Amino acid sequence: MSQTAQSQNLPAAVKERSPFISALVDFWKAFRKNKPAIIGAVIVFFFILLAVFANIIAPQGINNQNINIRLEPPSAQHWLGTDSFGRDIFSRIVFGARLSLRVGFFAVIGSIIFGTFLGVIAGYFGKVIDTVISRFFDILLAFPSILLSIAIVSILGPSLNNALVAIAIVNIPVFGRLVRSRVLTVKEEEYIMAARSIGMGNTRIIFNHILPNSFAPIIVQGTLNIATAILDAAGLGFLGMGAQPPQPEWGTMLSDSRQYITDAPWTVLFPGLAIILVVIGFNLMGDGLRDALDPRMKN
Amino acid sequence: MSEPLLKVENLKKYYPIKNGVLGRVSETVRAVDGVSFSVNEGETLGIVGESGCGKSTTGRMIMRLIEPTEGKVSFEGKNILSLSKSDLRRVRKDIQMIFQDPFASLNPRQTVGKIIEEPMIVHGMGNHKERKQRVEELLELVGLSAYHAKRYPHQFSGGQRQRIGIARALAVRPKLIIADEPVSALDVSVQSQVLNLLQDLQKKFHLTYIFIAHDLSVVRHISNRVGVMYLGKMVEISDSEILYDHPKHPYTKALLSAVPIPDPNSRSERIILSGDVPSPAHPPAGCTFHDRCPVAMDLCAREKPVMKKLEDGRLVSCHLYD
Amino acid sequence: MLSYSIKRVLMLIPVLLGMTLIVFAIIHAIPGNPALTILGTKATPEAIQNLNRSLGLDQPWYIQYFTYLKHILSGDLGTSIQTNTPIANQIWPHLAATIELSFVAMIIAVVVGINAGIISAWKKNSVLDYTAMIVALIGVSMPIFWLGLLEQWAFSVKLNWLPSIGRMDIISNVQPITNLYLIDTLLEGQLDQFWMVLRHLILPSIALATIPTAIIARMTRSSMLEVLKSDYIRTAKAKGQRMFWIVYKYALKNAFIPILTVIGLQTGLLLGGAILTETIFGWPGIGLYIYNAIQYRDYPVIQSGILVIAFIFVMVNFIVDLLYGLIDPRIKYR
Repeated sequence: MSQTAQSQNLPAAVKERSPFISALVDFWKAFRKNKPAIIGAVIVFFFILLAVFANIIAPQGINNQNINIRLEPPSAQHWLGTDSFGRDIFSRIVFGARLSLRVGFFAVIGSIIFGTFLGVIAGYFGKVIDTVISRFFDILLAFPSILLSIAIVSILGPSLNNALVAIAIVNIPVFGRLVRSRVLTVKEEEYIMAARSIGMGNTRIIFNHILPNSFAPIIVQGTLNIATAILDAAGLGFLGMGAQPPQPEWGTMLSDSRQYITDAPWTVLFPGLAIILVVIGFNLMGDGLRDALDPRMKN
Repeated sequence: MSEPLLKVENLKKYYPIKNGVLGRVSETVRAVDGVSFSVNEGETLGIVGESGCGKSTTGRMIMRLIEPTEGKVSFEGKNILSLSKSDLRRVRKDIQMIFQDPFASLNPRQTVGKIIEEPMIVHGMGNHKERKQRVEELLELVGLSAYHAKRYPHQFSGGQRQRIGIARALAVRPKLIIADEPVSALDVSVQSQVLNLLQDLQKKFHLTYIFIAHDLSVVRHISNRVGVMYLGKMVEISDSEILYDHPKHPYTKALLSAVPIPDPNSRSERIILSGDVPSPAHPPAGCTFHDRCPVAMDLCAREKPVMKKLEDGRLVSCHLYD
Repeated sequence: MLSYSIKRVLMLIPVLLGMTLIVFAIIHAIPGNPALTILGTKATPEAIQNLNRSLGLDQPWYIQYFTYLKHILSGDLGTSIQTNTPIANQIWPHLAATIELSFVAMIIAVVVGINAGIISAWKKNSVLDYTAMIVALIGVSMPIFWLGLLEQWAFSVKLNWLPSIGRMDIISNVQPITNLYLIDTLLEGQLDQFWMVLRHLILPSIALATIPTAIIARMTRSSMLEVLKSDYIRTAKAKGQRMFWIVYKYALKNAFIPILTVIGLQTGLLLGGAILTETIFGWPGIGLYIYNAIQYRDYPVIQSGILVIAFIFVMVNFIVDLLYGLIDPRIKYR
């Protein structure tokens, strides 16, 4: 009876590589071919470096005021010029990377945790629970996201952390719906039926079988959402509903400097460029991840 | 004869079809419509029928993977349908299932070792080391090798994957295995290997099988008894020797005539059934088979036949044998 | 189709109710006593109690909610703390300004976006395609308030081509009839005023249109690429039809559904983006109305402003959903 398996042995090449590594290698092969994705990853990596080593990179502190050098144009001393308080814009942008990346990253993590939780419950248990949660998502999505963020911040009070919380709440349905539809698909797979047939409980099925198979689209959507979270945080900062001066948040910097745009356009130009660049980075990376991880999601 | 291991009585599954704005039930699909049979310890019961006849649904209802609309399923004297969730999980340890599609029934993101180990974790069997040991034993048992445990399902052929599915089913030392078309997705050459494996394992561990298949030839040499289903109903059930040699129900005869016979001298007439299987939402009145039956009588269109026991011990549901 | 429409209407009700509940909850979750906010810190306890009673704030929350709901249904959107006038009377001019701005922005987005997408798909992998897609990428990644500031700087301050603030010149007075000034000036037959209003619209509507344009362009390109690969396009080509006609007639017809979806979704972005755009361009729309209310902590205005925008957004998506059913009979409810 066991003579058969020996004759069906697998090719040697497959045999030697551990499966996890081989999956990673496959992913890398697909990702590497995508030039825009690589550019995006490099940009993101660059900003992460800025954020982590801000203390070393920035030539000055974020709040070194000097009235004598107000609104100076870019020079060898101040690469991106100075603002209305004579602060070095380059240094402030470097430190601002910390704030923006933090908001983008943690807001998305928050949305993913709560969205996944609700999405799994809705998709797995269905019926009334699904209807209630799905309607809740519909209602949240009925508000333009920045408006709902503003409303939430007006309850919590304007600050960067409250803007983070607001953005996280607003994006919960994005992940909730994604995970729900993923769960509905995976739930119909025969290996879920198999898992139930061996007597497995719901919790274990969800954590060991459904979630791992829903992971790729969450990662892709998460990366793209960091981009919008950073944009929204900057928008809130610009409206005075996010980071408060003198915090070097890019949106707040824009709002501080807008009245000087005629005399010192660099005070407005560079914080905006920083936002664009980091958002482009995450967008490119997200598109690349989508193509590499989940070709079906490709538009 | 002692009490059977599994007894299924009048099992039904109806699916309502809702329509319109208010969700009125406009019609009902009778996927399984009053099926009864029993399985004795150590034997193999084959259940045969065309696709859509409700045989897989029946198999799944026994484990309550699909909740039955009505009926009774007794396993070792306990009614499975009235068990609490935790009791049900305990019973699922004794009843395991092998699925038709070895590509779909294994989680692509788990290693083979993990797949086979998981039932043991769920039922709290052994510690990590013991379980690992057992995974290796099981792999050898089903004709694979211990080192296969570290691989993922996609690295195996269809036949090998079905062996993995069998190892997973065996992991918790079940008494009854429901095999839902375990070989129909496989190449013919691999089919007999898997069938032989199942028979060897049955002898070794004194297993009881319910073997679901869509054609009679596959079931023939593995089953002690065979039941034939048509449109959610059991039409004939008997010892396989008797059934294969002298089929009584016209539908069984038709199915059997479609099985190729390796003897060129035997010239049995092939019975071609006219028409398609009717929709289970609109089963014909009377005997559900009457509109395709070559020997239908007036009575058949009017009255539903009931199961009758013939002298040779077989049960058949047909007006011919009233 | 009829059953689909009825279902869609029935689904609308819980969403609208939920919206009012959320807006109601937001105002009630705001820390601090509204009476204190209205009367100021020097108010006597009796005055506060009286105001609480007259505002119904001494009732349990669900009674308050039903009262609130009753008011909304009767068209009462509350009273502005800042101006002490009914919000319902103030809101239409603001709303009209926003609708005018959003509508022009949407036209720009659809015309530019769809054409850019079609050309990109048609001339796939050409320099034109790459340029369009890079511009689109920058477009979706851009903070629109920043773009607005740069526009003002370049076209108003430096070049002095276009006005940068408001809906019209300070000295002119357009007679509000519908409050949609483009229409009002035409009704009055004042073409010079029409031209003046249009000039005021250019900069803010371009800023507002940027993100939707970029998204529509990307979406059109990818759905066009799908369609261009299909058999009936190949057949049309084989029959010797001119590529220009094939692309615009056949392909666009089939790519319309995904594009319609995006347009529906972009309305939300436009209405949300309006608050940023209007703040920068001093555009007296509902976004600026809410923004000013935030500065004054005029909570009834914030509440009703948000509610009105959300209501419009939901209704636009409702209409888009109904259009699906009309355009593509294959689409069934869920």
